[in-house]
Amino acid sequence: MTSAFELLPVERAAADLERVRELNARVRSLQRITLAGSAVEGSPVLPTLPDLQTLLPGGGLQPGGVYSVIGSTSLLMGLLAGPSAAGLWCAVVGVPWFGAEAASRLGIDLSRLVLVPSPGSAWLAVVAALADALRVVAVRPASRVSETDAARLRARLRQHDAALIAFGEWPGATARLSVAHSAWQGMGQGHGYPRERVVTVRAEVRGVARQGEWAVA
Amino acid sequence: MNELTRSMVLWCPDWPVRAHALQHPELDGDAPLALIDKGEVFACSAAARAAGVARGLRVREAQARCPALAVVAYDAALDARLFEPVLAAIEQLVPGVQPIRPGLFALRTRGPARYYGGEQPLAATLIAALGSVGVPDARAGAADGPFAAQLAVQATSAESAVLLVPPGSTSEFLAGQSVEAVGDVGFAELCRRLGLSTLGSLAGFGEDELATRFGALGLRVHALVTGRDAETVVSRPAAAQLERSIAFDDGVDRVDQLAFAIRATADEVVAALIAAHLVCTAVTVTMETEGETSVRTWLHPRWFTAADLVDRVRWQLHGVGGALGLSSPVLRVTLTPESVDSVHHHEEGLWGDAPDERVHHALSRVQSMLGHEGVVTARVGGGRLLDEREVLVPWGDPVPAEIAGAAKGPWPGALPDPLPATVFRQRLAVSVADSSGEPVLMDGSGALTGDPAVLVVGAITAVVIAWAGPWPVIERWWDAAAARGVQRLSLIDEVGTAWLLVFEGGAWAAEARYD
Repeated sequence: MTSAFELLPVERAAADLERVRELNARVRSLQRITLAGSAVEGSPVLPTLPDLQTLLPGGGLQPGGVYSVIGSTSLLMGLLAGPSAAGLWCAVVGVPWFGAEAASRLGIDLSRLVLVPSPGSAWLAVVAALADALRVVAVRPASRVSETDAARLRARLRQHDAALIAFGEWPGATARLSVAHSAWQGMGQGHGYPRERVVTVRAEVRGVARQGEWAVA
Repeated sequence: MNELTRSMVLWCPDWPVRAHALQHPELDGDAPLALIDKGEVFACSAAARAAGVARGLRVREAQARCPALAVVAYDAALDARLFEPVLAAIEQLVPGVQPIRPGLFALRTRGPARYYGGEQPLAATLIAALGSVGVPDARAGAADGPFAAQLAVQATSAESAVLLVPPGSTSEFLAGQSVEAVGDVGFAELCRRLGLSTLGSLAGFGEDELATRFGALGLRVHALVTGRDAETVVSRPAAAQLERSIAFDDGVDRVDQLAFAIRATADEVVAALIAAHLVCTAVTVTMETEGETSVRTWLHPRWFTAADLVDRVRWQLHGVGGALGLSSPVLRVTLTPESVDSVHHHEEGLWGDAPDERVHHALSRVQSMLGHEGVVTARVGGGRLLDEREVLVPWGDPVPAEIAGAAKGPWPGALPDPLPATVFRQRLAVSVADSSGEPVLMDGSGALTGDPAVLVVGAITAVVIAWAGPWPVIERWWDAAAARGVQRLSLIDEVGTAWLLVFEGGAWAAEARYD
């Protein structure tokens, strides 16, 4: 009789495959550290809302990527909603007006959302600390980010497979997203209420602009 | 059949009152005092009892009976905490003490009685020991089994402080006790209505008869009244003195110095916990300076490590005296573990927990940079105005229980979906004008004085393309002091940004923005 701990051939093959995958992942991560520039093509993306997937390079938020969102808190929430709904931890740094209830309606899980409303001048250190453990960190830069700081943070993000969403301009962002226009349904001159909203999102990737529509739930 | 454990129970009468007096030595111990729990007297001092105050009275009635009565809220944690040194003193004399509740504990007499030369000398020794730790009027009772011993100690009086039920006669002793001794109010009431007022009258029934009528409770009662109580004294693990403190002769007035100095003490606390196979999930930090004392209890979502303890000390100092420290140098810091738990209950799962652990570490690190309130999680609570509905809970603190109830609502007048993403914590002053440039305000009947056409926010002027409202939001109209009435107005400007304005105190302000 074989021992209970002996693996069946099928199981052994599965274990070997797992090991190969693990080694591949390590090789990839090492490559990512040595290769400056954008994240490696074909690496798995973080879950993203379907309407926003088409606008982002690689079809979603890439681990190690930095996305710049200009002027729209809803769009920021839209980017967080996909990863959060998939069970990843997210953090929002330096946005005291972040409407948590609206966020939860958009699909962000509040029990896995961490807010740091006023980090003050320590915001960069806070983001670096959070990026070690959380997969998606959103931040409103309180001061201009130098190229050096941006590069250093980017290396850290790649190392931990985290994505950064900057609420404002960010040097060398993977994509720059803004709201070109919002169309509202349900409100007229003195009657109704803001009921439905379709946002035209403008995404600029390496100087090329694209537009897409996002129906805000 | 079970061998009965010969047991002794010791009782410190009015322990809650005594604990309160120990905590506040400056108070007059002979003054009438009552500890209040949920609006009723929980415990009272001898002087208060002499004036007619009794447990279970409403506060007002107690005060009517004894106008000089001092009324203090009952603090169960204090009770338990101060009982710890008492138990420790007893454990110096006899091993294997089982605390029943603060003020009451049991022990097995077999070994100790032989050592001290009988139960009577043992009781005398223990009562004398309790007297030396501040309980001068302790009582003792012994019988076969802890249940009977507990009844025996309740039958003692101030004059005869010891009641030893001779071995073998416990059944006779129990027969005379009232049915309330079982500790089940409903059962006792039913027995009285059936004409069974003593445990002896219950002892006449067979085990199956009681079991048929009362189920599991009946079986237990049968075991108790026939003196076959299977319960035995379960001694608690050797108590470790967990509290540690550090004193500074010259005082420390810098946060970083204090944090450095407290590190060794924090290590000691954690080492003592580990030695006792415990982890601590709540700790009280007491900081004493010339003349002022800052006390705060901190909770931890997992358990405290030494670094966490140092952080709590630092945050407490920040909270008390601003960024630099207290108004006067700190002379003494005491760390008291409040709730401890066996380390086995907190062992990490074989497979799981690791990611959350990392998240927790990262957040703790940010907290140590920004302070305890710097890192929060949000919960949706109740209310109509948007900023009221959001409750921010510092990381590590428990979510207040009332939030979940309040969130269910209903809250008529709350906003429907979709909700604005930007909620201004401090409302933004704005102005609204109609097409001719006249300001749009509210008249006395709650109507707008014109159709909104232009919205001015700071230096930016936006053209209004759609608007709706006003809707009144009126809260607590029944309470003149807390009553609040605002009018809400929704606007959409030409770039498609929608605004939610409120009219309060004669002016418009932006509550939120759909951006």
